[in-house]
Amino acid sequence: MLAALGVLPWLAGSGFWLTSATLVLLYALLGQSWNVLGGYGGQYSFGQALFFGAGAFASGVLQIRLGVNAWLAAALGIGAGAALGAAVGWLVFRYRLRGSYFALVTLAFAELARILVAAFAFTGGGFGLLVPLRRGAATFQFADPRIPYTLLWLVVVGSCLLGLWLERSRFGARLLALRENEAAAQALGVAPVRLKTQAITLSAALAATAGVFYLQIFLFVDSGGGFGPAMSIAALLAPIIGGLGTPFGALYGAVLMHLLGEAAKRVSGHAPGLDLAFYGVILLLMLRFLPAGLAGIGRRDA
Amino acid sequence: MLEVAGLSKSFGGLHAVRDASLVLAPGEILGLIGPNGAGKTTLFGLISGFIAPDAGTVRLDGAAITGLPPEAICARGLARTFQIVQPFGRLSVRENIAIGAHLHEPRRAAALAAAGTVAGRLGLTDRLDQPARTLTLAGRKRLEVARALATSPRVLLLDEVMAGLNPSEIADLLPLVRAIADSGVGIVMIEHVMQAVVNLCARVCVLNHGSVIARGSPAEIATDARVVEAYLGHGAAARLGRHAA
Repeated sequence: MLAALGVLPWLAGSGFWLTSATLVLLYALLGQSWNVLGGYGGQYSFGQALFFGAGAFASGVLQIRLGVNAWLAAALGIGAGAALGAAVGWLVFRYRLRGSYFALVTLAFAELARILVAAFAFTGGGFGLLVPLRRGAATFQFADPRIPYTLLWLVVVGSCLLGLWLERSRFGARLLALRENEAAAQALGVAPVRLKTQAITLSAALAATAGVFYLQIFLFVDSGGGFGPAMSIAALLAPIIGGLGTPFGALYGAVLMHLLGEAAKRVSGHAPGLDLAFYGVILLLMLRFLPAGLAGIGRRDA
Repeated sequence: MLEVAGLSKSFGGLHAVRDASLVLAPGEILGLIGPNGAGKTTLFGLISGFIAPDAGTVRLDGAAITGLPPEAICARGLARTFQIVQPFGRLSVRENIAIGAHLHEPRRAAALAAAGTVAGRLGLTDRLDQPARTLTLAGRKRLEVARALATSPRVLLLDEVMAGLNPSEIADLLPLVRAIADSGVGIVMIEHVMQAVVNLCARVCVLNHGSVIARGSPAEIATDARVVEAYLGHGAAARLGRHAA
């Protein structure tokens, strides 16, 4: 699947399929970011858009308002997302917020960011941030869309490798133990607050990376698109549908959601909001019949 | 190696543990018994850092560990098991035990190998690759001990590891606990199964209403009037004495 996505633009050229595949990769990356914390760590964030938006807006503001080089701005955007993740994690986990409380607090943080960003002209206000068109490698704006696509593809490959690493490392093993039983993990020497904060930092860095790519590819981001609940929902749907806590689950989920979403749009004649209702139905069917997700098909222990 | 002095904890108006003290030597198995609600599990919670004590100190090899979080206490060499077994259900038995081994072993492969060795000591070798949630209760109790043992503790707190097991399962587990102590680990065990207490413990501590009411060998404890009354009610010791006479 990864290989097919990698060669796709070079075979199919640009246009509709490339845009579709780009969105799939963005959602796969965003989904994987959620999967690190939610799938492996069992902490279900409903505000993953906070980190996605932080990456996009931090890098956008740095480029547009402060004239920072696009690549440096991208790196700083990812750093800002990670720092925000660490700060949120430290606050939230220290006070032992778990389960639905954690979900609500993350949702609240994302909404807060959405409203704050829309309130100030410096951050684009109600309109959003528009990156001035200046094609070139130095501005991270390539004339050939296959180049950013391939860069994004490499990052998604990296995020899948990260998933594989989680399954083969002490960090990942401890994260799974926390997900399964926090008290038992603590009794065996696992420090929950520190580990969960590390996981949310990693998760936020990945989400911010997706945000940075989103900005550089579409050259536009607004507060609703960057920090809105739709992005948070997309982040969690992909891994839940594809397979929680599996290296490729978010990728599978992103591909399936996109294909079904497009099909639904065609059948319904682009009725607004219908694709969201359709995602809801898919989610219900998956939870009923395939609780382990697409990655669970054919697995003995599914 | 383990010294508990004057530990107290109240929940609201209830004195769950009151001025409890005990001392444990390396390789010793100390029994902790008492009626339901006597405060035994709370005492384990206080020693292992899951509950903060109101007063008193816990020392491990002379260093105070009172008030440290559970993970720090585990890292210093004191591990516990849970009365209500707490497996990592979807992880395999090997992966469960490896979490304990990871305390001192950062490498995954080495931790998994160490888990295999510990599983052998607890007779879990043939169940290494099955998910922990598919184990029987006896298997889960062994897994609790195996995971704690994998952290290479110097002191092990066992909370009713024999409860709910049938007599042959208990007979199988007794030598395994004995072997752990013989390797130099000090063990405190909460136990209602007297077959286990009599077999394993040279010294027994009896808790009632949060206070230590008696200490001694199992034989001394069995004839102690306060202990008999704690279990059978006020005046029971006298009535039993009349029956015997």
